[in-house]
Amino acid sequence: MATYDIEADGLRGLNAALQQLAGTTPNEPWEVVNPRGSHAIAVGLDAPLDVTIKGSTGYYCAGMNKQATIRVAGSVGPGVAENMMSGTVIVEGDASQYAGATGHGGLLVIKGNASSRCGISMKGIDIVVHGNIGHMSAFMAQAGNLVVCGDAGEALGDSLYEARLFVRGSVKSLGADCVEKEMRPEHLELLADLLERGGCDARPEEFRRYGSARKLYHFNIDNAY
Amino acid sequence: MTDHDPRIPRTAPIQSATFSNPINAEIRRAAATGIYDIRGGGAKRRVPHFDDLLFLGASVSRYPLEGYREACGTNVTLGTRFAKNPIELDIPITIAGMSFGALSGPAKEALGRGATLAGTSTTTGDGGMTPEERGHSAKLVYQYLPSRYGMNPDDLRRADAIEVVVGQGAKPGGGGMLLGQKIDDRVAEMRTLPKGIDQRSACRHPDWTGPDDLEIKILELREITGWRVPIYVKIGATRPYFDVALAVKAGADVVVIDGMQGGTAATQDVFIEHVGIPTLACIRPAVKALQDLGLHREVQLVVSGGIRTGADVAKALALGADAVSIGTAAMVALGDNDPKYEAEYNALGTTAGAYDDWHEGNDPAGITTQNPELAARLDPVEGGRRLRNYLNVMTLEAQTIARACGHNHLHHLEPEDLCALTMEAAAMAQVPLAGTDWYPGKPGTGY
Repeated sequence: MATYDIEADGLRGLNAALQQLAGTTPNEPWEVVNPRGSHAIAVGLDAPLDVTIKGSTGYYCAGMNKQATIRVAGSVGPGVAENMMSGTVIVEGDASQYAGATGHGGLLVIKGNASSRCGISMKGIDIVVHGNIGHMSAFMAQAGNLVVCGDAGEALGDSLYEARLFVRGSVKSLGADCVEKEMRPEHLELLADLLERGGCDARPEEFRRYGSARKLYHFNIDNAY
Repeated sequence: MTDHDPRIPRTAPIQSATFSNPINAEIRRAAATGIYDIRGGGAKRRVPHFDDLLFLGASVSRYPLEGYREACGTNVTLGTRFAKNPIELDIPITIAGMSFGALSGPAKEALGRGATLAGTSTTTGDGGMTPEERGHSAKLVYQYLPSRYGMNPDDLRRADAIEVVVGQGAKPGGGGMLLGQKIDDRVAEMRTLPKGIDQRSACRHPDWTGPDDLEIKILELREITGWRVPIYVKIGATRPYFDVALAVKAGADVVVIDGMQGGTAATQDVFIEHVGIPTLACIRPAVKALQDLGLHREVQLVVSGGIRTGADVAKALALGADAVSIGTAAMVALGDNDPKYEAEYNALGTTAGAYDDWHEGNDPAGITTQNPELAARLDPVEGGRRLRNYLNVMTLEAQTIARACGHNHLHHLEPEDLCALTMEAAAMAQVPLAGTDWYPGKPGTGY
């Protein structure tokens, strides 16, 4: 195992070392110690790396990840795994705002709670939150799946496009153009897979599905809020 | 009703300046449809502009350079503050961000070809980077927009610079639109959206708010790109002094400021005409912010919004800009609003020069469309040649003025080379009213 001490050796050295492995198939896992809330840890990776961050991070941890599996043994600041393309990011603690923002692919698992705007503008990423999520989550979410094992805050899925939202607990309120939809067998099958990959023991039947009413898709007098 | 006595003169019919024909037409249109007017382009109203400034030229107190023989440099380097690889341009005129989606594929290719031939950069737009524009643009600036449509780290690393778009002059505080007529299969796939919907872009970034967050976002972008490429921050002109200062504080290498005459592919007319300030009004406050921070010329300033001629270029540079950027003018150079399509413009209910329904995708010139038949009207090779010619002419014009003022580089132009024709322009540009040594607000004058 390769160990990197951010406090001693700096952020640039870590990201440069991890980014240099793009195009390779590394065997050695990496452990990052003393993150102490640093921003932009393990960003822009493009290899099937296995990285564990021992502690809590600041903004944009694992931003724009491709292929890598990044575990955070702590909590994360805003924008974890923002614009992720592929790979897996697992947060053992809680996540601040904008978790998984604009993500195009891959899997983001948050074992604690996620704050507001979780999954904002998501474009294909799968997000599994074991706890609750804050207000305005999945705002303008375009594609992908957001699974919430706890409760959702106000205005869930406001101005939603084609992303699918699954919530087990309560939803404080739905945002504009977001509606509850029928949970069909194909959704139960999809959800079962997401729960398994996200390490949740919840049953798909306990969830409700939400999606777009598609009434905001065209400008006209009746869709002005 | 009595017959009019022909011996009594009639009262002349007077159109109201307040309720003018265009205003009344808009009231009737709004009453009929219930939806605001959407159009492309920038502000059409008359605002103080570069036309209201004049160069003083050399005379007894200063001597000119020989117009055709003595050198006058035009090159500029953008991104010298932090980036390992600043952008070196032959001319200080760049091509502004315009998206594939808003523009056709051939139009984007033509922009890349023309800019490359002229030795300058072009810029992507909302919707991501296409292989065509990367392939034909020797220097390509990748816009990082609130929508993040098509945004991916591979393109980020392929870019020669990154432009974090906070706003644009046509709609500061607003997001973009791309109506369903232009969302074909390819555009829909690039943006991860259903085909044919009216797409609305976010007005602010999804994962940061405010200058402190922006500083961290810029750090992330630098870490992903290895600190190699410059980071621009583009702002719509509203509070230029503070916005420029905050962009610099956040770590920008280059600040792009876009006045209200700057165009957009589509937004509400009320936004275009009533939000933001003129280009002329934003340059001096932006320069002062850089000067107050001791970073004028170290953080480069790019000005856009209504740049049309070499004279406009020279005036923007004289006021302190390092470069300018053009969008609408580049489209006109390619053939937008060309009178040769007058019959087709008439069929669309408009006339050459006034066509601005770019969002509808019916552009007779084949530029603002995704209709394959219309798009095929623009030959990208010929379009690139026309844009190269136009950029060359603007550069020659700016050099002509600079030499006349006694300068051997465009960047040596200075406010002292200028005077103003109107009080408004004098106040905004902070140069004297022609024939005087005074401008409104001049320090020490008391008024």
